[in-house]
Amino acid sequence: MARDPNLYDYLPNDGSRPKITWPNGARVAFWVAPNIEFYELDPPKNPSRGAWARPAPDVLNYSYRDYGNRTGFQRMMEAMDHCGVRGSVSLNVAMCEHHPEIIKACAERGWEFYSHGTYNTRYLFNMTEAQERAVIQDSIDTIKKHTGQKLDGWLAPALTYTDNTLDLVADMGLTYVCDLFHDDQPSPVKVKKGRLASIPYSLEMNDVIVYNINLVSPRRYAEILKRQFDRLYEEGAESGTVMCIPLHPYLVGWPYRIKAFEEALDYICGHDKVWLATGREIAKHFLDNHYDAFAKAAHPVAEAPL
Amino acid sequence: MSTPAGMPASYLEYGKRRYGMDHERYAWSQLHTRPKVVWPAERSGAEGARVALWVIPALEWFPLDMKGKPFKPPGAMVTSYPDLRHYTLRDYGNRVGIFRIMRALEARGIKASVATNAAVAVRYPALIKACVDKGWEILANGLDMDHLHYEGLPLEEEQRLVTTTLDILRRASGQKVRGWLSPAKSESFATPDLVAASGCDYLCDWVNDDMPYAFNTASGPVTAMPHPCDIDDYQILINNHHTEDDFRDALCDQFDVLYRESATQGGRVMAISLHPWITGQPYRIAALEQALDHILSRKGVWAATGAQIVDAWKAQQPA
Repeated sequence: MARDPNLYDYLPNDGSRPKITWPNGARVAFWVAPNIEFYELDPPKNPSRGAWARPAPDVLNYSYRDYGNRTGFQRMMEAMDHCGVRGSVSLNVAMCEHHPEIIKACAERGWEFYSHGTYNTRYLFNMTEAQERAVIQDSIDTIKKHTGQKLDGWLAPALTYTDNTLDLVADMGLTYVCDLFHDDQPSPVKVKKGRLASIPYSLEMNDVIVYNINLVSPRRYAEILKRQFDRLYEEGAESGTVMCIPLHPYLVGWPYRIKAFEEALDYICGHDKVWLATGREIAKHFLDNHYDAFAKAAHPVAEAPL
Repeated sequence: MSTPAGMPASYLEYGKRRYGMDHERYAWSQLHTRPKVVWPAERSGAEGARVALWVIPALEWFPLDMKGKPFKPPGAMVTSYPDLRHYTLRDYGNRVGIFRIMRALEARGIKASVATNAAVAVRYPALIKACVDKGWEILANGLDMDHLHYEGLPLEEEQRLVTTTLDILRRASGQKVRGWLSPAKSESFATPDLVAASGCDYLCDWVNDDMPYAFNTASGPVTAMPHPCDIDDYQILINNHHTEDDFRDALCDQFDVLYRESATQGGRVMAISLHPWITGQPYRIAALEQALDHILSRKGVWAATGAQIVDAWKAQQPA
């Protein structure tokens, strides 16, 4: 085990960073990342993490998540349609087989699909390099087969990793990851091979964290989203920022929560200097225009003494 | 790169990766694609209703010497034995809180489905009689809050729990007792089969929908009912520490969206799950009353019991 993930150098946000410019003079690259997930009722065990809080069958927690696909997804999608926001889907790729209707609805709207593993109940912990490559290849192949899209982005299933994960996704041709939470702007990821960008996703704006960890009310969530946006919009006048709203249809899609989300999304999209982007578009723009300057400006990090 | 030991090859095999679900209990379908449902008119002469209002208070008994096997259910004892403070606060619901809820519902013409531990019927027959006298439906909620259904419980023991629970509740209420809610919504793989074989035709454990749907058992299909946990008083007031006004707002917002949807997608169920020891407190009961007043101020709200909703829904399903 390493003391430092060794995935990025130190680049303080002290005003001296290379300036990020977004298309059309936008201040904020805004993207919405719905996690479209399939959780298995009785998955095989991974020694590093149990799938469910209760013994199998955990019908409460299983059905709680299934709600998102049966009911919540449609409400979330309609709220996004209303504002012309395309999703960047964090996809458990087995959804392509289980619920192709949902994949089709996303594809018809020009949404991006990136990988969130095969199932949200199969973790990368303890996998060999060959096993992890097989999981990534499955995602590349399944997304290609069902949507025609090249896989560019990665968010590890249930945020589970090995030391190899980000090296492997870069090696296999992906261009961005959502797994790192160290910045409000994109940054280069140090990988063995390839060019990989970290695109700000957000735990703070993520409905799982907001609702199930921080236990806030729906109306308060709308307030949080608006405050986050306001400050990033203000700061984006100096150098482009990124705001992501990561969602889970089983949470945001509840009737008593969707109105607050609709309100926040309307508010954000009512600003003119917002780039309504996808993860792939933000990554490409950063890789093409800013990656090299960011890599060059960053300070190497010395080994701290034991 | 470091090399972990690796997972067994079977960890990358996906035997149930196929169209639909990874089990046989119900068919996959999205709510908005289903045939529209119209509820019975709320009063004679009115048009069919848009939202069925289903109120489900729970009558629970948490034994003082709880074992918490295989886990402690929400509301369980907390301190070392004897935990008088939590035992008696839960019991407050059965002595005091439920009657505040009962008055609030009666004043608004609402008949509840009361999710009842059989132990409550044995211990407090006067309470069951009060519910039955109000025309409330008795919905089975297991033996008590320390007899959970779970995989690993011997099948004959689970069968005994189901049989005992239903025998007691049917005798005490004089009702058929058609609905089943497992304590803490905990099931074994066999629970739906056992309760269906014992004459229940609707189940309230799975929280994956806003409408009834067909659920398969070894005795044929039953109806899964949308009994929520995410928006109940325990979750919002106890788990999330929100205020009673937040609970009221959540119920109103929930209703408003269901009502809006019902204009284009057909009938919806607005289910309100309550724990009398929580909502029945003097300072909280007004939140429920205000939410009910908001809901009932709209045209096309049909206050119904679970069994009435199941019957109305089934009558409109394609053969």
